[in-house]
Amino acid sequence: MSGVILRIVCLLLFLSVGSAGAADKWLPLAKDGLHDPNNPGIHELQQPKDALSTLPEDTAGNLVSWVEALRKGVIVPRTNIMPDTKIQVLDLDLIYSKTGDSWYVRFPHKAHTEWLDCTNCHEKLFKTKFGATGIKMLDILSGHYCGQCHGAVAFPLTECRRCHSVNPDTFTGKIGPQPVGGKP
Amino acid sequence: MVLALFLLTLEFVPSATAEYGDVVINNQSDKAGMRPPVFPHWFHRIRFRCKVCHADLGFKFQAGGNQINMLKIIDGEFCGACHNGEIAWSVENCDVCHSGKPGTPTQVHGSTVQKLLGAPAPKPDNAAAKPDTTSPKPDKKK
Ligand code: HEC
Ligand code: HEC
Ligand code: HEC
Ligand code: HEC
Ligand code: HEC
Ligand code: HEC
Repeated sequence: MSGVILRIVCLLLFLSVGSAGAADKWLPLAKDGLHDPNNPGIHELQQPKDALSTLPEDTAGNLVSWVEALRKGVIVPRTNIMPDTKIQVLDLDLIYSKTGDSWYVRFPHKAHTEWLDCTNCHEKLFKTKFGATGIKMLDILSGHYCGQCHGAVAFPLTECRRCHSVNPDTFTGKIGPQPVGGKP
Repeated sequence: MVLALFLLTLEFVPSATAEYGDVVINNQSDKAGMRPPVFPHWFHRIRFRCKVCHADLGFKFQAGGNQINMLKIIDGEFCGACHNGEIAWSVENCDVCHSGKPGTPTQVHGSTVQKLLGAPAPKPDNAAAKPDTTSPKPDKKK
């Protein structure tokens, strides 16, 4: 099992070396390999660089820290287009410790519920009880659980430390749900 | 181990340059002689939270998994909930949505899964269930 993870990690590292360096930050649409440069409509589209270079910086994914952009009010994405659906924010961190030699994982409900609805994760992706889902790294890397979003739209899985952010040697609290009002 | 890594690496075709989170939807476009539509997450998430689309409008988390077509869009479903001339410009701007290179398969650009498997990741329809043994695991691809 850990051999497989090691193999995947090697591959991820290889991929991240091979992909976009600083020079080709936010490629023009006509050169991104995905858009058809012969499409007359391409000129109507906004270039990623024009929008993304004005947002708080990051080093992976869209090269934008979306959490910071939202918290600082640099972007104000709408919470609803129907009158009676509202965003419901929950401040509840969960700490996971079945991480082998890696650091513990901190899952912050707050950063997630600022973007997502409870039903996006419960009960479809995750049971509403700490530990009940049985999340495994290999499944995440295969696009399940956290990997449904991380690796597709939210920051990519190459960023191990953003999830594995808790040093087991200095962590003194208890594993699982954290007291409300802890670190966001 | 070294051989496996080598084989895995070979499967990766380096074309991944487009913006992270761009989704190509091509269930029917090629067959209909249209360029496949490209949906940019970065552009929309500046304007809307995920929940607006994925909870309120019912978009499933699966590229190509929503059976979108023009009839539904014109009826106000999916893209048409906003691209109706009110919240955003309306459907007559065909080229703005249908902007992908012809022949590009349905995919999420920048997906780790896609890179690992060398192909768009097939997902079980019921993402709720624990991943079963039929779900694609990188180590099985030799
Ligand atoms: C929740 C509302 C909403 C939904 C749903 C939605 N869009 Fe949009 N979209 C917008 C808004 C708002 C704009 C910006 C309009 C403007 O600038 O006037 C936009 C702009 C765009 C653009 C142009 C981006 C650019 O560079 O200017 C594309 C392409 C696009 N949408 C594709 C789609 C597709 C494809 C779908 C369905 C799969 C979709 N959208 C669903 C709200 C939505
Ligand atoms: C999106 C968040 C996230 C990212 C990114 C992430 N992990 Fe994990 N990882 C988890 C979670 C959640 C668990 C399950 C922990 C538990 O059940 O206690 C886990 C478990 C693990 C385990 C324990 C073994 C197992 O099979 O579950 C290892 C080893 C591991 N991760 C390594 C890594 C490495 C190496 C990276 C970077 C390539 C990484 N992780 C990136 C969330 C993440
Ligand atoms: C991004 C995904 C995500 C979203 C969105 C989300 N949750 Fe969770 N939630 C989780 C995960 C992961 C767990 C732990 C599951 C496990 O460990 O098996 C959890 C666990 C819980 C628990 C159990 C904690 C315990 O004491 O065991 C509660 C209660 C909960 N969530 C409530 C909510 C509510 C209310 C919302 C909406 C405001 C919400 N969640 C939104 C991912 C999410
Ligand atoms: C439904 C989609 C979704 C799922 C599932 C999901 N995340 Fe996230 N996560 C996001 C989004 C969106 C953000 C905002 C940042 C971004 O887009 O890069 C985020 C941000 C984070 C952050 C950064 C918070 C901060 O303050 O910077 C961490 C850590 C994280 N997720 C861990 C996890 C872990 C661990 C899991 C699995 C237990 C998980 N996520 C599952 C969508 C998701
Ligand atoms: C808001 C974005 C958007 C606009 C604008 C748009 N389409 Fe589409 N269209 C889509 C999506 C998404 C699909 C589903 C693609 C697929 O599965 O291949 C689609 C599918 C199609 C299909 C194949 C399926 C079907 O319903 O027949 C045709 C043909 C098509 N569009 C033609 C057009 C034409 C012609 C216009 C302009 C009048 C147009 N589209 C404008 C998003 C859009
Ligand atoms: C304007 C609407 C809209 C918004 C806002 C939006 N999405 Fe999406 N999302 C889509 C569409 C459309 C698809 C493709 C669905 C299809 O092809 O049928 C998609 C697909 C996805 C997928 C599936 C990718 C795969 O692996 O197949 C994930 C995960 C996802 N979105 C996460 C998010 C997250 C996280 C956010 C917020 C940061 C978000 N989305 C915001 C419309 C949206």
